[in-house]
Amino acid sequence: MNELLRLSALELGRKIQTGEVSAAEAARASLDKINGSELGAYITVSEDWAMTQAAAVQAKISEGALQSPLAGVPAAIKDNICTLDVKTTCASKILGDFHPPYNATAVDRMAQAGAVVLGKTNMDEFAMGSTSETSYYGPTRNPWNRGHVPGGSSGGSAAAVANGEAFYALGSDTGGSVRNPASFCGVTGMKPTYGTVSRYGLIAYASSLDQIGVLARTAEDCAGVLDTITGHDVRDSTSLNIPADGLLAGLTGDVRGLKIGLPAECFGDGLEKEVGDHVLAAAAVLKSLGAETETFSLPLTAYAVPAYYLIACAEASSNLSRFDGVKYGFRAEGCTDMADLHKKTRSQGFGREVQKRIMLGTFALSTGYYDAYYKKAQQARAAISGAYHAAFEKYDLIVCPVFPDTAPALGEALTDPLKTYLSDIYTVSVNLAGLPGISVPCGFDEKGLPIGTQIIGKALDDGRVLNAAHAYQQATDYHKAMPTEGGAQA
Amino acid sequence: MNWETVIGLEVHVELSTKSKIFCSCITAFGGDPNTHCCPVCTGMPGTLPVLNHQVVTYAMKAGIALNCDITRYTKFDRKNYFYPDLPKAYQVSQLYLPICVNGSVPIETAAGHKDIRIHEIHMEEDAGKLIHDAWADATKTDYNRCGVPLIEIVSEPDFRSAEEVLAYLEKLKSTLEYLDVSDCKMQEGSMRADINLSVREAGTSEMGTRTEMKNMNSFKAIGRAIEYEAKRQIEVIAEGGRVIQETRRWDENKDASFAMRSKENAQDYRYFPEPDLPPVEIDDLWFNQVKASLPEMAEQKRARYVADYALPEYDAGMITGQKALADFFEETVAGGSAPKEVANWIMGDLLRILKDKGIEARDMAMTPARLGRIIALIDEGKLNRNKGREVFEALFDSDADIDAYVKEHDLIQISDEGAIATSIAEILAENQKTVDEYKSGKTKVFGFLVGQTMKALKGKADPSVINAILKELLDS
Repeated sequence: MNELLRLSALELGRKIQTGEVSAAEAARASLDKINGSELGAYITVSEDWAMTQAAAVQAKISEGALQSPLAGVPAAIKDNICTLDVKTTCASKILGDFHPPYNATAVDRMAQAGAVVLGKTNMDEFAMGSTSETSYYGPTRNPWNRGHVPGGSSGGSAAAVANGEAFYALGSDTGGSVRNPASFCGVTGMKPTYGTVSRYGLIAYASSLDQIGVLARTAEDCAGVLDTITGHDVRDSTSLNIPADGLLAGLTGDVRGLKIGLPAECFGDGLEKEVGDHVLAAAAVLKSLGAETETFSLPLTAYAVPAYYLIACAEASSNLSRFDGVKYGFRAEGCTDMADLHKKTRSQGFGREVQKRIMLGTFALSTGYYDAYYKKAQQARAAISGAYHAAFEKYDLIVCPVFPDTAPALGEALTDPLKTYLSDIYTVSVNLAGLPGISVPCGFDEKGLPIGTQIIGKALDDGRVLNAAHAYQQATDYHKAMPTEGGAQA
Repeated sequence: MNWETVIGLEVHVELSTKSKIFCSCITAFGGDPNTHCCPVCTGMPGTLPVLNHQVVTYAMKAGIALNCDITRYTKFDRKNYFYPDLPKAYQVSQLYLPICVNGSVPIETAAGHKDIRIHEIHMEEDAGKLIHDAWADATKTDYNRCGVPLIEIVSEPDFRSAEEVLAYLEKLKSTLEYLDVSDCKMQEGSMRADINLSVREAGTSEMGTRTEMKNMNSFKAIGRAIEYEAKRQIEVIAEGGRVIQETRRWDENKDASFAMRSKENAQDYRYFPEPDLPPVEIDDLWFNQVKASLPEMAEQKRARYVADYALPEYDAGMITGQKALADFFEETVAGGSAPKEVANWIMGDLLRILKDKGIEARDMAMTPARLGRIIALIDEGKLNRNKGREVFEALFDSDADIDAYVKEHDLIQISDEGAIATSIAEILAENQKTVDEYKSGKTKVFGFLVGQTMKALKGKADPSVINAILKELLDS
């Protein structure tokens, strides 16, 4: 592998600023890696566009007009985030050849900071899944073992970063879709506080839970990218109007005196021992660095998964209604009337998982069921937020697993969908409560598959979450490991 | 059996904000298809709504003027249904916490005074339009209207006749025009009414099964439709049948309504809170600013016209009934014309001409300055009243200069006593028989002689001068 590809995004950014490496060289190296890859991390590789951006960014850097720490660094964007004139498919047949006439705000901000976008990454269709197997364009494979999934739904982004096919990537996290694939692929994945990164241009799955996040090699890289894309956006009414503080500048690596809580409910039944041991070991590292750790009870954990699926599917059933074959994307042939057009287009255009969630959500919102399902789920959501609020009165951070196990084999998760839904238990409550959470590589299981530890903070405490992850990465090397070409640890 | 008709109304009104409710596209009516839209109002994937706060202000104005309580913590909800004119397949509306509740609208009919209760007013976005091309066997969508802000004013079922419904609609229209929050043009669809109607035996309190007629867009059609539908339901019941709860379409050409869809398999709109828009909190500052910004309304103006200008109650009521008329009146008075004189012009010629032409006061070309000039010419003795009325009517739609027109058409009043006396002498000579009748005591013929003189002077003479000279000659 080209040694350049082993650098972190910020390391590469520094070399580009000093002239040691050119933006074009970096882009070329990444594109070569992508072209030689069989992971299926990308849906669309925009080679010409990438090289054009690299040239333009390089010119500005050479003039001294662009000093952003990530200028010229090649990046990838999940294919549910709109990019002007590059097709955006959500990994669905129904969006087909959809070319958005606008950029997502996060993409605009990346462009201003001199990012070089390589292409659009694969994902579960409409971000619904935790394995990236439901993509209409075929599954993405785990770079550590091709027979396993990369996690999801931002599986393409995670696999690309892990495999040197991008230095960082944007993902989206509705119930764990950044943190889960980060843990499966051994990269760092940060889901910031709801409302800090504009959702404008992120094709909605569940509006009240969706948040754009970052997958990168290090917590530092995540902080650097978030500094670029965070901030109030007048086009997103749910975006918070608070000053975007310097997350990168705030990384001290000092966790002395921090109180870290370990929820007992997250280390009980259903958790693979190997995973639990590694997460506890990670907590011990933080303790050795001066933090205090303590086990406590986080109530209502059991309600998080049902509340999440009801709310997410309800919102999805409405958000995805616009894909009706009338305006853009796929339209079924041979329709007899309007209702037939809607029915055939949606039956043929959406995959099974998406259809299942639309039906679930439609049911939950129906007259006579609304109070029993949607309303009750919102009450559970409020109670879960309350439980977190109470926990953060006592603790600065919470540490727990990301997923009960390491990456399942391809096809395995689809055979037991209920078990797969329940496996989201450690990630979904963070979305329900709108909190920041990060997945940090903390080792490998005996099959050689990566394990992640999750660090959760209170709302707007993104800096503290990143700093704890950074401190951990200063003390450990798990994040530096990269898979070999064949899919084993190097 | 005596029957009672029970009617409730849902009135949709497009607000006249410059931009749409959730994006910055213009709200202007018409335009080439799909030229007033953007990714947001066409519901492109990934786009998000941003509330135009002017819409909330306008809705609040309407609510305060219609005696509603304002909901200080108000939220939007999604109403989900598939239709090609609704690009997101949901309409952002309000179900759980509408902006205004519990209002009332006083109306006057031949039966007397009545207060119609308002259940709620909510804010929502309009949908686009489908254009069916019968020749090409195709239907096309025009999204220009998507996202135009609407308020829906929902009444309680308080109406018992078409007359009450029409009085209420006139009152709503007038109120919203005074507030300048809507142009209320029914023919352009900026005001449209859904009529919920049922019948029951007079004196009973239980409601009958109702039908709904949607998107009625003329007062005439509404009056006819109510009468037709009440009669139809009574006939159904009288024949032992049962009224079916359904939506009916009024066909203006056939003067009849037809069943569209049964409510028994009605759509489930699956309302839920709109997650893309935070709740709107109306603080005291905002509320008080809006309240203080309400203009003088019809009732207040009417009282003032009676008190300050000594107008009859009836005239004051007619003039203030339409904001455009009241504005016209006040501006003409402000230009120096006598209020009573201006009121007479409006009550007489102006309203008659509008009716003849079938146009509304707000659309007329006649300006206060031009009426003021005609009144001034009469006051100055340069134009007699009849000629003045002719000029007013002739130039009603034009912007030609009044003085130039009067001069060009040789309409200046003849006040020269010598010229008038000469004419009178000729008339008297030609009508010796009539003169004799007058002298024998049939003084009624005086008018005929005045008329003949006026005619000889082509209607331009000062009638008071004719009167004086004629009287002098005849009585001498």
